[in-house]
Amino acid sequence: MADNHLSTFTKGIVKENPVLRLVLGTCPTLAVTTAAFNGVGMGVAATLVLLGSNVVISLLRKVIPDKVRIPAFITIIAAFVTIIQMLVKAFAPAIDKSLGIFLPLIVVNCIILARAEMFASKNSVLPSILDALGMGVGFTAALTLMGMIRELIGTGCVFGLPITAGAIEPMLIFILPPGGFFVFGILVVLSNKIAVKMGKKPVKSLGCGNCQGCKGCDAEGYPAGEETAPATSESKSGATGVNITTNQEVAAAEGELFPNDKAITEIAAPEGDAVVKAQAKEAVDTATELKKGEVSDDK
Amino acid sequence: MTSNIITIVLAGILTENMVLAKFLGICPFLGVSKKSNTAVSMGIAVTLVMLMATAVTYPIQVYILDPFGVGYLQTIVFILIIAALVQLVEIVLKRYIPPIYRALGIYLPLITTNCAVLGITMLNFTNARITNYVEALFNALGAGLGFLLAIVIFAGVRSRLEKSDIPESLKGLPITLISAGIVSLSFLGFAGIVG
Repeated sequence: MADNHLSTFTKGIVKENPVLRLVLGTCPTLAVTTAAFNGVGMGVAATLVLLGSNVVISLLRKVIPDKVRIPAFITIIAAFVTIIQMLVKAFAPAIDKSLGIFLPLIVVNCIILARAEMFASKNSVLPSILDALGMGVGFTAALTLMGMIRELIGTGCVFGLPITAGAIEPMLIFILPPGGFFVFGILVVLSNKIAVKMGKKPVKSLGCGNCQGCKGCDAEGYPAGEETAPATSESKSGATGVNITTNQEVAAAEGELFPNDKAITEIAAPEGDAVVKAQAKEAVDTATELKKGEVSDDK
Repeated sequence: MTSNIITIVLAGILTENMVLAKFLGICPFLGVSKKSNTAVSMGIAVTLVMLMATAVTYPIQVYILDPFGVGYLQTIVFILIIAALVQLVEIVLKRYIPPIYRALGIYLPLITTNCAVLGITMLNFTNARITNYVEALFNALGAGLGFLLAIVIFAGVRSRLEKSDIPESLKGLPITLISAGIVSLSFLGFAGIVG
């Protein structure tokens, strides 16, 4: 039992990292990570909202009628976002300023709705709390990592402390919008590499299919009239959402294409390397559970 | 007035592009840009919903929330209004204009909690250029057209990607993100043309 709870918590950090494995909440991921501190602020704010919404939705899961659950979830989430927004405005105006419109936009963050839909509405309070904390920590870690990389290359600082500033000319482009896309793309490649090494499947497409809110990500796959999405389409969106291609061949082909994985990893991101390696180590520890190599549906 | 409106629309399309500069609406941008015809439909649907959402939420904020001193309810009120509005539009289209419903219908529910739509209704109140209702509507139009332009260009880029030889690790999402970065880079070239 205790083991179960532990894995409920830890899966959000590595195995089902919301940003790098489930690829949810891409908008804030790209937008606020111009500095490491913003990543932390966004992560903490989203974690608090997720915690609140998961607890309340889990408590109300037997009361909310199935047909109106999405509007009900959104209302609950919006209430918590409003609370967090007011708290941040009052006690951390600097964060409010740097996050700007993305603070209220937590309400449409896929991660929150996806966890409500996939986990909190099916589980009791304690697992829901652990799930929220795990997902929140994973989200915060990924955002902070990305913020650190962008800040380091873009300004030569990390958390405002000069590291390479003065020695190396900073590449401003990394804190401009294109840098967000580039860094996120490279991070997904690295996390895929690690996943493949661990015998898991790489992430090949956006994961928003998981959440009812923006399940349009692979809109081509959805026939019209399915929008009320009862349980039948749920398993479907779970399957198509995180569209991880079933391929041993990919792993095999990759072995051929990149005989020296390690070198590539190091060339690709020397900055994030230590962190990535640490993450990988952590990941290996939990690898025994991961043998199946699938982003398992929450039971 | 006219020049201000032109500025607002041009900024929305080019310099402050919804997707490529503000990172709003990344989900549909990356997800529905595989084919250019679906991309166009999505872009048009987003533009229409943005316009309607702004048309409804702007007066509500100005005439209801602000006078009663409950401006902090903006988030919760706006998201519920947008959700209800989209449902309503869907029902009306389905009943009265079936061809349009068939073309755009499946995209509408997806847009409900799209951060671009909620984002633009909120940005109407933080953008210093916008002082009245008409300007807010043009802001929504510009942002919607910006989204349409970006997603159509990106659909073209992706159709070329399909045919190119991409390293295995980069296939799928990573190369999509990196190409989006390059498209975004090209839009940086517009910086400064709108005052």
